Amino acid sequence: MFYELRIMTTSSVSKGCFVFKPSTKKKKTSLTVADYFNEGLKDSEDGKKRFESCQLLWQQMKSQTEQLQEELNKRLFENLIGFLRKSHADFHDKKDDWSCRMRASEIPTAALVLGVNVTDHDLTFNSLADILHETITPYVVLLQSKECPGIKQLLQKLLIQLMGNTADIELDEEEEQVTISQRKMNCSLASLSGWYKRATKKPASPKKKRSSTSTHWESPPVVVIFKDLESFTASVLQEFIVISSGYVQELPLVLVFGIATSPMIIHRLLSHSVSSRLCIELFQSMSCTEHLATVVDQLLLTNHFPFKLSGRALQVLITIFLYHDFSVQNFIKGLQLSVVEHFYTQPLSVLCCSLPESRKRIKNLSHAQCENIRHLSSFMSYVESQTPENQVKLLTNDSFLKEMTQEFLERLTSYHENFTPILRCLHHFTCILPKYPLGKQVRELYCACLEKKVWETEDYNSALLLLRMLAKDEIVTTLQKCVAVLTPYSEKELGHTLEKLEEFLIHFQSLEENTLNGEDEDTSPQKALQKKTDLYQLQKKLLEMKETRRAKKLTKFEMLRQDVVDFIDCIVREYLVPPEMLPLHEVVYFSAASTLRRHLNAAPRVALHTALNNPASYLKTLENEAGSVSNVAPDICIAYKLHLECGRLINLYDWLEAFSTVVHAGEGSDSDSAQQVDEVTHARFIRAVSELELLGFVKPTKQKTDHVARLTWGGC
Amino acid sequence: MSHESHNGTMQFKVQFTPDEDVLEHITDKQGSKTQNNAAAQRIVAVKNIIKNVDLHVDEVTSESWREQNYVDVLGVDKEDTLNNGPGTGGGDVYSFYTIKRSNKMAQLATEMARTPAKTVSFSVSDSSEETVSPPANKHTANKTPSKGRKNEFISTTPHRLRKRLSAPNQQSDSESDYSASNSDEELEDKSSAAKTPSKVSQTPSKTPTKKGKKTPASNLVEEYFEAHSSSKVLTSDRTLQRLQTPKLDQETLRKLLDQTPLAFAGELCRMSVQHEALFYKWMLQLHLGFNIILFGLGSKQNLIEKFRTSLLQDSLNIVVNGFFPSITVKSILNSITEEALGHPGTFRSPLDQMDFILQRFKEDPSLELYLLIHNLDSQMLRGEKCQQVLGQLASIPNFHLLASVDHINAPLMWDQSKQSLYNWLWYETTTFNSYVEETSYENSLLVKRSGALALSSLTHVLRSLTPNARGIFRLLAEYQLANKDNPSYTGLSFQDFYQQCREAFLVNSDLTLRAQLTEFRDHKLIRTKKGVDGVEYLLIPLDLGTLTDFLEMEDKDT
Repeated sequence: MFYELRIMTTSSVSKGCFVFKPSTKKKKTSLTVADYFNEGLKDSEDGKKRFESCQLLWQQMKSQTEQLQEELNKRLFENLIGFLRKSHADFHDKKDDWSCRMRASEIPTAALVLGVNVTDHDLTFNSLADILHETITPYVVLLQSKECPGIKQLLQKLLIQLMGNTADIELDEEEEQVTISQRKMNCSLASLSGWYKRATKKPASPKKKRSSTSTHWESPPVVVIFKDLESFTASVLQEFIVISSGYVQELPLVLVFGIATSPMIIHRLLSHSVSSRLCIELFQSMSCTEHLATVVDQLLLTNHFPFKLSGRALQVLITIFLYHDFSVQNFIKGLQLSVVEHFYTQPLSVLCCSLPESRKRIKNLSHAQCENIRHLSSFMSYVESQTPENQVKLLTNDSFLKEMTQEFLERLTSYHENFTPILRCLHHFTCILPKYPLGKQVRELYCACLEKKVWETEDYNSALLLLRMLAKDEIVTTLQKCVAVLTPYSEKELGHTLEKLEEFLIHFQSLEENTLNGEDEDTSPQKALQKKTDLYQLQKKLLEMKETRRAKKLTKFEMLRQDVVDFIDCIVREYLVPPEMLPLHEVVYFSAASTLRRHLNAAPRVALHTALNNPASYLKTLENEAGSVSNVAPDICIAYKLHLECGRLINLYDWLEAFSTVVHAGEGSDSDSAQQVDEVTHARFIRAVSELELLGFVKPTKQKTDHVARLTWGGC
Repeated sequence: MSHESHNGTMQFKVQFTPDEDVLEHITDKQGSKTQNNAAAQRIVAVKNIIKNVDLHVDEVTSESWREQNYVDVLGVDKEDTLNNGPGTGGGDVYSFYTIKRSNKMAQLATEMARTPAKTVSFSVSDSSEETVSPPANKHTANKTPSKGRKNEFISTTPHRLRKRLSAPNQQSDSESDYSASNSDEELEDKSSAAKTPSKVSQTPSKTPTKKGKKTPASNLVEEYFEAHSSSKVLTSDRTLQRLQTPKLDQETLRKLLDQTPLAFAGELCRMSVQHEALFYKWMLQLHLGFNIILFGLGSKQNLIEKFRTSLLQDSLNIVVNGFFPSITVKSILNSITEEALGHPGTFRSPLDQMDFILQRFKEDPSLELYLLIHNLDSQMLRGEKCQQVLGQLASIPNFHLLASVDHINAPLMWDQSKQSLYNWLWYETTTFNSYVEETSYENSLLVKRSGALALSSLTHVLRSLTPNARGIFRLLAEYQLANKDNPSYTGLSFQDFYQQCREAFLVNSDLTLRAQLTEFRDHKLIRTKKGVDGVEYLLIPLDLGTLTDFLEMEDKDT
């Protein structure tokens, strides 16, 4: 009686999961990651090297980000550790004075405000747990809201984690048995505190001494971390706090709340009577935008890595960060994707490595690769700018090309070497301007510079205008900052720029001494203003002043300021050339921004809509009639197009009739066709409608017989 | 708009901004600008240079700038259109509900049906009525046939449809489609005026709206509420009963569809070859810690299956049919622990099971598992908990997930944290394949519930019962069949049933009957309902066809 569709091995009406195991007889010949990389390439040449450098580069970048993360969290963690040490100092001293007893009934609590980028929190908590393990206490428990729907599960989780830990540390079989039986017996704080007493007594025995827990205190606190406080059920939390506050005398408990929104949430979750049992101290982590800024700074604005993002690609990543998730992890993931994509798609990425290494690789370049170089658009435009003899040489002579390639790569490296310091200098100037015409963050400026000639943009010109109005002390401090930025480069090409800037600084200083003398002539018009005047007079005076000022010769300071701004403009034009201008920039710059966007921030609805609304964009044989669906389009497209014309409910019969009209239009003999829709059309219509139902455009309704409800609007 | 461009030095294009907002902006800005000008006149001398920058404009339009930025970066892209990629951001594709006129589908059908050579001139004489006040039009046009008669056809529209479009013109009002004697009366406009035959002679005097004319600015808002205010359904009342075969069953449907030639076979092939070229890349990315998700129109089952057979033969993999109607996260977890990992034990909760799997994968880094899920967004898997579990699985380093989604709102399943657990890479794989498997599980619209499954399970269960019990069930089934024409039949009351059973010597006490009924209920053969008077009513939850089939089969057996 059961009818089964045995089209494929994975379809059955009785089962939804199918497990396929590799046949054990055959020796496992599964491919490695590198093989997949090579297999997928159209030109497998250099595939291995490309994959190796890809892996190497990504490993370096990854470890760099991890290191960054650690450094960024360092201060926060230090504060937290200090708090933990302090919090149970009372517990140790067992002081008997009254205030201490008062405080002792409160549970010390650290509220850790981490920001809305929830996805990054896991890393933070894990490293926090590690650090606590090392420095303060072996008893650290991480709790997540989804593991603790009720107080029972919470306590269970807590006890398992704690007692499991000690079992690991002590490797004592007897102990382990005890914990396991406890796990099943009762999970209460009473048993926990009993266990704690036993556990802390142990260290006195010589056995424990061996296990080198000397960094821990004699009775280390039990730290319970609530990873996502907001998602915990209020009643669970309240119960836990009430119960544990009863044991705080015996059990040095410390809570850590991970908060994504604001500390207010504690009071919203917990009633006053409960929150009064907590002694809360607030800790603020670094904001995610700052975090991103450091990541960009350390990963993209350095010369440690040969790989670079183009302006467009960087913008995609930053936009996803700013508009979608604020997650640095996702940003890094995007970066990883771009690294992989770059090495995967760009055959010349084999040269994307350190300079000495690339020298070797250039020598081994095959002829095909040389042809690849010749096809690069940046190389072509370079060739066009050369003399005819050179052109011929570049296009025909491989060894000459290799020499030139070497030169180009060197040029690129030195370009990057100069680019970043100058960029930072420019940023120092623009970030003090009102309204930040070139962006507040250095990454915005970086994007602008990567994308086009920054000096041709309007924002840049307005920024220069504003720079020409800067006050002296602002200019001086900024110049000093710039000098600091450039100092490490004094040996190199930028040494000259550095000298020039220092010169300016000296000029300003000497100016200061001079102006002390000539001050009174400057202030004279100011004095004139201080007389009592009416509005009309004031206006007249101001107008006069304007006239005189325009006529007046520039002061020395103003002239110097002009010089500085002109100089800045000059170095910007020299060093901040967009990378597209350089030959062979494709080797190190990943520019397929649309790939990134398509894979990270896809638009499935739009894809569906395009396919349904304009199938010609996929099916090339359909003549492209600007957005219209002809009667030869796939059935589902016709049904979709027809349903767009309907209101909230769709009469299936009408729909079917219209569908049949369209489908049979091509056949010509329309007039005589019977009133009834033939069965095949009917079946095709049923298929189309069920597919639309699966896609979520219509759903069955009981409001009216033989009607379906429409679920989307617009889309025409 | 125009104001902004002449004030500032740049030209803007504001998107996603309703008209009202624009109006508000302009009026607002004009106010502030006049103030600004006045102030500027007074201190002309000082403001000299800053004016160039025109920070004011910058401030006002910064919001729209941002949006522009966003669209620039993540929205339309010229290079994309070359690659068939989606053009715009999702926001402007699907918008609010607006009112549609009932005849439009038929109109569109004629337009689409016409062959390019022939021309259709579809002129609507009462165009003023249509364009000025669409809502008013809705009230009259749909209910009254008078609208249709005004349409003039000078076209080569297919006969049938032409007839349909102009049907009200030729046919009398007693035509069942539009008559007042319709069964769906309650849902319709109850105003008798619209239903009386006098509507034929109706003059356009009915057209003026109750609401009066609106200013164009508030049009959008009003239209929105207009569209959502009435729960009336303004569609024709024709039903599928008019067809020769109102409903096809699954079997015949499949046969019929097999007959139809596959359209665009070459194109489909080309597309699938294109997608298959990505297989190695997918493997690479799966191994680098990403998970792959496929979207786009068309069934992706074949594609994934091909991926599995070509690359995953030598590795442990699990295929999950998300569209399978009774798939649960538990069955997925079970097949991982029991079949894939070979762990015989059971678990108290999915959380424990998750912990176990996590532990196993942590302990054994060489263990690799590929999970392929067709339709991750299916009814059964789209729940929050289920997605959480799958997300956690997907975040295991050696656990590779490749899934497909089809539903238009599929991405709404995930919040940020789930999305980061999944670590998706999106791939558009539009295949245009029909969703044969996905829609085959007898839950589709229009398809007659063939009841084959229900019938077979019924016979299976009954065969294992005592003759008396079968008699009891038979009694109930016959009673239900006898009452098939009674629309208000709620079921057989327990007392009556008991009486009948006693008379047929099937039971001797109501306790035995109750015990028997409990057994039926456990097998979902009957359903009980409390009536208004508190009496229990018994009902067999099957359609008449199945029930008749069942009785026939029983008769044959005995």
